[in-house]
Amino acid sequence: MGISLPTENDRANESAAAFISCSNVVLDFKSRGVSQRVLNDLSLRVTSGQIVSLLGPSGCGKSTLLRVIAGLIDADSGRTEIRGQPISKTMPNATRDEISFVFQEPALLPWRTVWHNVMLPLEIRGLSKLKDKQDTIEHLLQVVGFKSSDWHKLPSQLSGGMKMRASIARAMSTNPKILLLDEPFAALDDMLRSKLNDLLLAISKEQKCTMLFVTHNIAEAIYLSDEIAVMSHGRIAECLKVPIPFPRESKMRSSSEFAAYYGVVSEALSRCHS
Amino acid sequence: MNSWIRRCSPYIAPLGLFLFFGIAWHWVVQWFDIPKIILPSPLSVLNALWVERSILLRASWVTLQAAWAGLLCSAVLGSLIAVLFSQSTAMRIALYPYVIFLQTVPIVAIAPLLIIWSGYNFRTIVLVAVIISIFPVISNVTSGLLSVNENLRDLFRMQSATRWQMLTKLRIPAAVSQLILGLRISSGLSVIGAIVAEFFVGNSGEYDGLGTIMTARQAQLKTAELMAALMACTALGILLFSLVNLVGATVLRRWTRTTGFESEK
Repeated sequence: MGISLPTENDRANESAAAFISCSNVVLDFKSRGVSQRVLNDLSLRVTSGQIVSLLGPSGCGKSTLLRVIAGLIDADSGRTEIRGQPISKTMPNATRDEISFVFQEPALLPWRTVWHNVMLPLEIRGLSKLKDKQDTIEHLLQVVGFKSSDWHKLPSQLSGGMKMRASIARAMSTNPKILLLDEPFAALDDMLRSKLNDLLLAISKEQKCTMLFVTHNIAEAIYLSDEIAVMSHGRIAECLKVPIPFPRESKMRSSSEFAAYYGVVSEALSRCHS
Repeated sequence: MNSWIRRCSPYIAPLGLFLFFGIAWHWVVQWFDIPKIILPSPLSVLNALWVERSILLRASWVTLQAAWAGLLCSAVLGSLIAVLFSQSTAMRIALYPYVIFLQTVPIVAIAPLLIIWSGYNFRTIVLVAVIISIFPVISNVTSGLLSVNENLRDLFRMQSATRWQMLTKLRIPAAVSQLILGLRISSGLSVIGAIVAEFFVGNSGEYDGLGTIMTARQAQLKTAELMAALMACTALGILLFSLVNLVGATVLRRWTRTTGFESEK
């Protein structure tokens, strides 16, 4: 069972099986007395170990949903849970530690070297001195493609792609169960984007973490995901299961199956726009 | 040869202008036969500078110490106040009007009052220098501490960072470049503060800074010597400004992306 639009009846039974579950989430943004509904009775369920992409027109609430699941914003009503634990700004640290976030920009601290940037989450938890944690960081930096000579460079000395790699390594440093990614590759060129897509797939396989991935890029969504949730006007409009088998390889992008499915997704998207 | 010209080219225009201005000045004084008391010729100013060099050097050293101490106090005290402001909105709202008062207070008017309270001494000079130079530090550092990139704040919140960690690992490092920018403005102001204070402390015989020398030369109608002292004041301001810039550029080598000191690599 992947993501779906649950009915009232099966909601209670299935919420235990879901890894991330949002039910009837409503959120309004208020500014100067004007209220705008951003999430409108949204329900979503993601099972463990899946990669799910959120596609949809700008302003449909994709990023906001991600921030609600991250516990950075509280919804006005509805429930958001991770393995049955409620998510909110005031959730216990143990729950919060299971979630990691990759922002649209690399968001590295410019005065810290790559190594110290990636170490930051562990440092905040007081774990940075542990030998096995240092080994973890070394391993992660190798996985995302840093040569050891680059570990002590400052972010200003890195290219855009390398910064994003460092940002992903940082997000993985706490060994999270859930990785939330908010259009992380939007500013990168296509070649780099497809390389980093492969990196994400490798990481998800190695670390077995559940990923929720916001993007505008249909090809990227298809290539990465088990399922694609198409969002419109603050709710999930359609859920599409991606029929392409794992493991994914770059050459699949040019297959006729991929192209056909591209058409399906883009039709679903245009239904949302209309 | 070519590279030598390129290296010197930024200095040629200002130097040329300086030379032109000096010659014009000299010519005007000669042509209109202006009395020495009103406007001495540049040559007599240079002469005064040479004759009074040891007095001016000693006075400059005294004033530099006061201005430097004032600037240092402003940096430390101003940063502490800014940290306080960044941590408590209530404190910021309550105290900010008084900080603005520091900026708008006519220093010339309150300097005599400060002398009554604090005496004809070095401490008073430093106090005036602090009052006049602390505002840019408070204002810049406060905005540096508060205007941290939202994603970076979220990053810390997602790690359940404490308020203290947020302050020491994110806000304070992020505000360092703002502190340096504030100090660049404050460096000139602290020299002005010290000299203005010396105007009032002057002639007491207990203190001998550039401001004191200037009031004395004015009373003696020694205009050339007064202008020589003025040149020393300017040099002092430039010296302190360059010092702050030098320290700033060294400290901020790590902060390359957020400063205007170096171009991006």
